[in-house]
Amino acid sequence: MRFKDVFSIIGPSMVGPSSSHTAGAVRIGRAARRIFGAFPDQAEIVFYGSFAETYRGHGTDLAVVGGLMDYATDDIRIRSSMALAEEAGMRLKFKTAQNAAYHPNTVMLKLKKHGGREDIILGASIGGGNVELLGINGFDVKFTMNYPVLIVFHKDTPGMVAHISRILGEGGVNIGYMDVDRKGRGGEAVTVVETDEAVPEERMDVIRSLSYVHRVVFADLTSEEA
Amino acid sequence: MKFQTLAQLVDICREDGVTIGQLMLSEQAKETGKSEEETFRLMADYYNIMKEAVHRGIHEPVPSRSGLTGGDAVRVTDYMGSGVTSLGAEACTALAYALSVSEVNASMGRIVATPTAGSCGIIPGVFVSSQERFQWDDDHLVMGLFAAGAIGYVIANNSFISGAEGGCQAEVGSAIGMAAGALTELRGGTPEQAVHAVGLALKNSLGLICDPVGGLVEIPCIVRNGFGAVTALAAADMALAGVRSAIPSDEVVEVMLEVGTAMPAKHRETAKGGLAQTPTGKKILKDLYGKGSKKPKKDGNQ
Repeated sequence: MRFKDVFSIIGPSMVGPSSSHTAGAVRIGRAARRIFGAFPDQAEIVFYGSFAETYRGHGTDLAVVGGLMDYATDDIRIRSSMALAEEAGMRLKFKTAQNAAYHPNTVMLKLKKHGGREDIILGASIGGGNVELLGINGFDVKFTMNYPVLIVFHKDTPGMVAHISRILGEGGVNIGYMDVDRKGRGGEAVTVVETDEAVPEERMDVIRSLSYVHRVVFADLTSEEA
Repeated sequence: MKFQTLAQLVDICREDGVTIGQLMLSEQAKETGKSEEETFRLMADYYNIMKEAVHRGIHEPVPSRSGLTGGDAVRVTDYMGSGVTSLGAEACTALAYALSVSEVNASMGRIVATPTAGSCGIIPGVFVSSQERFQWDDDHLVMGLFAAGAIGYVIANNSFISGAEGGCQAEVGSAIGMAAGALTELRGGTPEQAVHAVGLALKNSLGLICDPVGGLVEIPCIVRNGFGAVTALAAADMALAGVRSAIPSDEVVEVMLEVGTAMPAKHRETAKGGLAQTPTGKKILKDLYGKGSKKPKKDGNQ
């Protein structure tokens, strides 16, 4: 079933004008903000396809920045999000580009902290406010933000998936979906886990303590969305 | 969900002795593991947002961000004051309310996608005007939203609800079917009558293309929401009067899929055909995006 429940039909509650070009864009921005894990000092926003051509008319730029400010899809501040973000110290840069391989409503977000981390996140808005996160820092992934998501960056090494699933299982966290990608055998890898429950901080610490794990991120929009 | 077709919806409701709205509420609670109370509360919040959007655009014009549209809900409301409407006050109120919500959407105001932002005016237009007319309490309307959601769930999973996939029939058309079926139930119709209302309504919008001028959710989306609300009232009246959809509603949903799949891409939200490519449509596009800018590939009310 493409649509799983009543609130994917009645909902989301959102600021207009478009569920794909506005609400979906907010959710991609917000997912990126949660994955980045902090207020980004700098954000470069690259629109592709239909987003590139109509983003001004649909307020897609305001929507993505609203998401980066951690606003929900129905937060009325989205209308003035760019001014509010700049006031708060977020430097914004917008670009448009084409990539025939991408979904028509795709945006790439490069988030930076001064003297700190940089994350590059690719997402597509696939309709009705639904999104797919398709790339993190060059890894090909696919997840929806309709479930809590745990992202583990690690070295490609035997047993990693088993370790992660065991640690989650011991904490009573059920896995609904999993996605693994690597940049070559024995190289850098990422494991994305969609869960039914929030992952307790203590479970994340156990995962962090594993050898070859570099970074563990938990992002959850479900507690604030329908 | 234990129903995948409209016929199953009717059968299960009959066997269990429940309304479509009640069935949807209990199935939703089962699916998500949340209580029925919590699920109901969330839908009640959505209904409040719909009412706010209805009232925002009725007395004060709400211009769209592009400046292309806005103020039509006020025009219709003022005209109603003259007492000489062709539709009659009740249907005209549904029309005005639907226009208002769609105008609020185009202004980046707050709405609920029902099932999409592009078709967000129809259900609030029908529901809020009917509530005022029949003096229903909010809880009754919230159950109506569950009924509308159940109908939309079947349509979405067996056909589509986005203009990009299936044209305007999928978006505004689905919203009319949902509103018609829900209103039939709210007015005391049986689940079977409600499902006939869905089929009657959907048949009327088969083939409707999605051709937004400038790629924006404004022209003709806003007036189609107004028309949609009135059509939903008509479909509900026919069903309550005993008119049946001679082609079963599930088969009509299949036809929507067939027609939408055959629809050329230029008529599916790309703004490359239909009203968007009329001389005036092209001029509006040029004024919006300036010279040398490419045509938008699609609008966004998926």
